Amino acid sequence: MYYRNSNSNKSILHIDWPLLLGLIILSGLGLFILYSAKETIGPLYQQLMKLGLATLLMVGTAQIPPRFLRAVAPWLYFSALILLMCVLFIGIIAKGGQRWLDLWIVRFQPAELMKLAVPLMLARYLDDQILPPKFKTLIIPSIIIAIPVILIAKQPDLGTALLILSAGLFVLFFSGVTWKLILSFSAIVISAIPLLWPFMHEYQRQRILTLLDPDQDPLGKSYQIIQSKIAVGSGGLSGKGWLNGTQSHLEFLPERATDCIFAVFGEEFGLLGSLVLLAIYLYIIIRGLIIGVQAQNTFCRLLAGSLVMTFFVYITVNIGMVTGILPVVGIPLPLVSYGGTSLVTLMIGFGMLMSIQTHRTLLYK
Amino acid sequence: MSNLHTLKDHFKENRLYLNRTVWASIIVISVFLILIVRLFFLQIYQHELYRTLSLNNQVRIVPIVPPRGLIFDRNGILLAEHKPTFNLELTPMRTSNIEETLTAIHAIIPLSESEQQTFYKQLKYKRRHESVPLRLNLTEEEVAKFIIEKHRFPGVDVIARSIRYYPLNEAVSHVIGYVAPINEKELETLDTSNYRGTYHIGKTGIEKFYETELHGKVGHQHIETDAKGRTIRVLGNTSPIPGKNLHLSLDSKLQQAAFDALGDLKGSVIAIDPHNGEVLALVSKPSFNPNLFTQGIDVKTYRSLQNSPDKPLFNRAISAQYPPGSTIKPLVALQGLDSGIITTQFKIWDPGWYQLGGKGRLYRDMIYFSKKHGHDWVDVEKAIVQSCDTFFFSLAHKLGVHRLEDIFKRFGLGKKTQIDMAGEAGGLVPSEEWKQRTRNEAWYPGDTLNIGIGQGTLLATPLQLAQMTAILASKGEYYKTHLVKAFSETGQTPIPLPINKETPVILKHNEYWDTVIQSMRKVIHEPGGTAHSLSQGIRYQMAGKTGTAQVFNLKQNEKYEVNKVKDHLRDHSWFIAFAPVNEPKIAICVLIENKHKKSAKEIARIVLDCFFEQENLRNPSPQLGVGVLQLQE
Repeated sequence: MYYRNSNSNKSILHIDWPLLLGLIILSGLGLFILYSAKETIGPLYQQLMKLGLATLLMVGTAQIPPRFLRAVAPWLYFSALILLMCVLFIGIIAKGGQRWLDLWIVRFQPAELMKLAVPLMLARYLDDQILPPKFKTLIIPSIIIAIPVILIAKQPDLGTALLILSAGLFVLFFSGVTWKLILSFSAIVISAIPLLWPFMHEYQRQRILTLLDPDQDPLGKSYQIIQSKIAVGSGGLSGKGWLNGTQSHLEFLPERATDCIFAVFGEEFGLLGSLVLLAIYLYIIIRGLIIGVQAQNTFCRLLAGSLVMTFFVYITVNIGMVTGILPVVGIPLPLVSYGGTSLVTLMIGFGMLMSIQTHRTLLYK
Repeated sequence: MSNLHTLKDHFKENRLYLNRTVWASIIVISVFLILIVRLFFLQIYQHELYRTLSLNNQVRIVPIVPPRGLIFDRNGILLAEHKPTFNLELTPMRTSNIEETLTAIHAIIPLSESEQQTFYKQLKYKRRHESVPLRLNLTEEEVAKFIIEKHRFPGVDVIARSIRYYPLNEAVSHVIGYVAPINEKELETLDTSNYRGTYHIGKTGIEKFYETELHGKVGHQHIETDAKGRTIRVLGNTSPIPGKNLHLSLDSKLQQAAFDALGDLKGSVIAIDPHNGEVLALVSKPSFNPNLFTQGIDVKTYRSLQNSPDKPLFNRAISAQYPPGSTIKPLVALQGLDSGIITTQFKIWDPGWYQLGGKGRLYRDMIYFSKKHGHDWVDVEKAIVQSCDTFFFSLAHKLGVHRLEDIFKRFGLGKKTQIDMAGEAGGLVPSEEWKQRTRNEAWYPGDTLNIGIGQGTLLATPLQLAQMTAILASKGEYYKTHLVKAFSETGQTPIPLPINKETPVILKHNEYWDTVIQSMRKVIHEPGGTAHSLSQGIRYQMAGKTGTAQVFNLKQNEKYEVNKVKDHLRDHSWFIAFAPVNEPKIAICVLIENKHKKSAKEIARIVLDCFFEQENLRNPSPQLGVGVLQLQE
């Protein structure tokens, strides 16, 4: 052991209060807008219960010392991988894709587990290497990322595949992969996009075409994008006011409470409200980055950096989609969208951040 | 690993990380700036455009609910249809003060406590522009009364809706089931977009099993509205796909006859066509009125149905499991003959009891209790005709539990029939392994004797025994028992569903089918048969077998006396039969709980008579068994 095993933080519960404050404000705001999107009180209770459960899991995770997380990382990764394969072979079909494994009590999405297992596994692997990594060192990490991403993209769940890919790439980014490698990789990916075109599902091509030319089929495929843009745009500077969004209330704005909830937000609270929401997100991201900088070993640093930046990708892709600058990908607006699955994963991720922050040791050998 | 750590330059790594964090922050801030610019572009620069779009060009999507499929019997008689009804409904968005409105309405049309409670409960789960029912099934007088005062209540309307109606009421409720308002639990698993505008869902029976087919697919109407939500024009339609009509194999006349024959007895009647596994009648009594449920049953009525000791909501035909009693003796006989353990000549002396190895406990034959002696010399035919327990004790002992288990399972006992209804029970065929696993006890020879006469831990549902009888009737042909024959779309000819065959029961010696079936015929048509009383005035030949399911076990020398035993502890009475013997058209199973004066066999006779009466009407030139028998008389 390199560090003395005593906590700098004397309180019994390991909680990072500044981070918790940000999360509470955000989910409170989320409940308000959810009520407006659903217009009934019932789903609100359900969401509140899911939030409560997720918070409990977060606090629970925060109590686990990072060295334990480091120890279980391979176990977690490989069991998630096995579960993913199970989903591929015997998974039941839900929402048009094979994503769920029916465990009788709960329907469980192994891909969610992967969102945490990939950065944990990578952080552990790179922790054992000399950093910055050489090109040869990157072969195994590429495999660690590629297998789950390909399996999940095949399900097909492009949103989750994208999130796992970025979680993995951000670990590499923080480990100090040279800019030369980063730039050449990006160049390869961008030039490969046209080559991927024949392999895409028809609906995926449609979504990209829709982005390029939204007006081609206003009542068909482009409907969701057009409606959400009208919602956001008609909100103006200060919005139409809470519960007064005509677009979201009279209309059938698809996925109003889940992936498109930002459209309701933009319509009712306008530009000013959206800026406040982005400010809260920015606050949480900055707090996360600070936790990463203050972390005392490579494993913790890499994990923290990746978790925070994945959170950032969620926000960007979701708002980008609703405002029509990115194609339609099923990624929720973190802590605001209705639903429990990604909420639980996100909160456990925040629990890990809290654990990293509060299990720091006094002395550094 | 520790070597690597010491080689690491921690200071350098730290600095590298800090550097990357700075870059990450730059990325985050620039992307957020892009988002803000985009929002500024949409919400400020293009605001006027989108505001106009949102004000003038609102496209509403209104669901068009698909009509639910109808349910017909085999002759095209309606078993489930639609009936128009008038509801009083309130739209929260157009009502300023809900409580005041309710009080004012109460003065015109009195609203009960439970109606108000239901209203407030539903209010929580409805969107503000969706209407919530206040009172269902308004009478014409109530409609008239309210229309006069309508101007006082802008948010309250009389709305015509169509509700599900079951014309045959109680007689088919256990088969058809019913629809009722969707509850919260169902909402969670439902495809909500397909159920937009649908308020009812199948809860039991056929209505539940075929929910997907009956419901159909929702359609949409795209309506352009102004800012106040008024329709400007209809932009387009996606037509709903109506639910499919179901054509059941059920014969509602036979069903009604069986229902009436049971009277106020508790029990069940099932009739199957042995040619294809079609269910002709399926009755469970006591029953309930399914029309009570369609608009949401009130709590009090529901509780009284649920808590009644007679369990009217319980579908005995498919969900209740009883020991099959002597009805399985033909199977044991078949196995004994076919596996060569006994021959048709084989006889035993029956003193009225059986003793394992000539000592110990006496396994008494039923007859001993009334006549104080046995059946004397008994061969397999006489054993079936007179239902001789002693013979079957002896045969069961010779066969052993494995051969018994084998024949029961080949006739479909111990597993669900997979009938197209929800809530079926599977019965139980016990085995050594099963007893060890569930009770942690060894299998005793006495256990084998008990299941050899259909008692002990052997359990079957009435449906399983009906299916078993159909297999016997068709000499081993095994069809999947089913209710739905065909689907149809309104105005089109029904498309029949394929008939599924299961592994048939094949004997090594085919002639033993006749041995057993002829013995079963003699149960009715020969003096001394346990159902000989049925032969009076019969115009067709039938084969059958009586049975008794013991509700509780007698002590060794205790005598079972009907009058001394409490009602609910009385034995259950079984009867299985098929007819005509030579070319069976119907197989039937009757169960009466807690045997009364009228026993299962008499009810079977009434139902079979009804079946052949109709058969004669349909086919007035009898060539088969029916005609031959008329000559014999």
